Amino acid sequence: MTASIKIPQLVAPAGSLQALKAAVDNGADCVYMGFRDGTNARNFPGLNFSEKEALQAINYAHDRKVKVYVALNTYPKPDQWHKWCRAVDQASDLGGDAMITADASLMAYAHQNHPDLRLHLSVQGSATNHLAIDYYARHFNIQRAVLPRVLSVPQVARVIKSTAVEIEVFGYGSLCIMVEGRCALSSYVTGKSPNAAGVCSPAEFVRWEQQGPVTRSHLNNVLIDEYLEGEKAGYPTICKGRYRVNDALYYALEEPVSLNVLEILPELMQLGIAAIKVEGRQRSPAYVGEVTRILRQAIDACARRPDGFRPASEWMSALNRLSEGQCHTLGAYHRSWQ
Amino acid sequence: MKLALGPLLYHWDADRIREFYAAVADMPVDIVYLGEVVCSKRRSLQLNDWLRIADSLAERGKEVVLSSLALIESGAELGTLKRICANNLYRVEANDMAAVNLLETQQDRTLPFVAGPHLNIYNLETLKLMREAGAGRWVMPVELDKQSLEAIQQTEHPSMEIEVFAYGRLPLAFSARCYTARAHDLPKDQCGYCCIQDPHGLMLRTRDEEPFLVLNGIQTQSARLCNLAAHVPELSDLGVDILRISPQQSHMHEILDCFHQGIVEGQCRIEDFSSFVNEDEGGYCDGYWLGRAGMERIDALVLD
Repeated sequence: MTASIKIPQLVAPAGSLQALKAAVDNGADCVYMGFRDGTNARNFPGLNFSEKEALQAINYAHDRKVKVYVALNTYPKPDQWHKWCRAVDQASDLGGDAMITADASLMAYAHQNHPDLRLHLSVQGSATNHLAIDYYARHFNIQRAVLPRVLSVPQVARVIKSTAVEIEVFGYGSLCIMVEGRCALSSYVTGKSPNAAGVCSPAEFVRWEQQGPVTRSHLNNVLIDEYLEGEKAGYPTICKGRYRVNDALYYALEEPVSLNVLEILPELMQLGIAAIKVEGRQRSPAYVGEVTRILRQAIDACARRPDGFRPASEWMSALNRLSEGQCHTLGAYHRSWQ
Repeated sequence: MKLALGPLLYHWDADRIREFYAAVADMPVDIVYLGEVVCSKRRSLQLNDWLRIADSLAERGKEVVLSSLALIESGAELGTLKRICANNLYRVEANDMAAVNLLETQQDRTLPFVAGPHLNIYNLETLKLMREAGAGRWVMPVELDKQSLEAIQQTEHPSMEIEVFAYGRLPLAFSARCYTARAHDLPKDQCGYCCIQDPHGLMLRTRDEEPFLVLNGIQTQSARLCNLAAHVPELSDLGVDILRISPQQSHMHEILDCFHQGIVEGQCRIEDFSSFVNEDEGGYCDGYWLGRAGMERIDALVLD
């Protein structure tokens, strides 16, 4: 291990107790989870934790020296505000190690009522520069900010140099191509958005239609894509459909692809990031376990020998198999993607 | 209710922008938001040029607000933001928490700022925090509905003006990626400012040819124009202070006339809006205001 490199925490997703166990058992330093309601940005049917399950999960993790972060990262509407505050109380009472949140007033509430609870600014808080982060640090003493997946590596470096707040970045998982917290595409089509309802392109609006050899995917009756026989159909997330612009038919916003930063892991680690986050609370325990295991190996290998670090080909192929669209990108970290 | 002309969201050349605002001086609009909100690479006008337009509009009795960028990533963008916030002549519309931070901590600032639609203010408590930071006006996020506003208005909320996005293509999303450059198969760093070719954005259609979204550089807009003309009486009853009309490449004066007349008479004649856009360009929608999918049209005019 070289003295210059700081080993970032590996932060893994858990949408269920089984997924949490898979993350913990495969080397996560921290696991993040949410309650089973609209207070978090993965409000999917059958996912997340009741109070009892959350307690079990936190105990399981704490017994193994793994931290648990509770995501309360949607924006409550006026009549929901008190319910969201109860969720803050719950996260604190259950012994969560930090709360990941986006709404400024919830941070104010937590800061006032639970001063010992660590606060992390969620990626849904859309903070892409140090001055935005500083607002939350000044008022609510946030300890960490999760950066939206829109910054290039030099821009991430600049944020880290300019703030005392710890910086967490995304390392692997589905790629949100819009600034998180600043995308209303889903509510434009369905009425439900990540910000207000904790969902994106929700499943209850998905309709598949088969016509001869053609399969069509619709979201609330908007045609997102169509596939010929043999073509692999993807979930109709609005930003990953094929559309026509100027007579060309293509993935006008983004291909179905996953973010994977292993190729630039030494660069990111040398910047002094505090944590690397894996997206995917909606994913299976097997997925979470496999991704966590590979990222653990990669981070440890990189920490031992950052100069000669190359991602092992078996890691990359395993991660590609797990990826949306079976391929990966460095996303906005590389300027050329933008 | 007052009428505001929101910031110009598209990339126009300098002459076109100057001509547009010279004409705006004679239009029935009370407040004019100026400046670049979408992309810092667009340099048709520098801050000083915008300030000159601001001065001439202010001389004609308009309240001028300087809008700031929504997605701030680079040092240069922060530099521009600081210069905008340092001006003490005009109010600033904060569209990122960096702007809120700067405006709040400025020692000599006397003007209240505008909490723009791209700050995520969804509830009364966050609104109060913005008031404490020095905001005097709140532009509701486009996806927030009238029920939420009703809930806020029923409480003892801090005295702030409330502005609602009432006409134009909805600014739905921002990204690091430029979709217009992507459509031209150009890298963002060599975009050639290609978005200047689309003075009203670049239409994106579904595979069954329905107008769906509009690409505007790093911003994604709705293809349908939000039009709350049918809801003017209700907006007024709910204590909305200002209706925001988004700048259009054509019919600007007529659109403002329709809303102005609607405010004076207490009701808009919605059939007057039939010639400003056609269905093939997306038509109108009003779903968000009614708590529905934003693209839905409940009372909005359906065109032939």
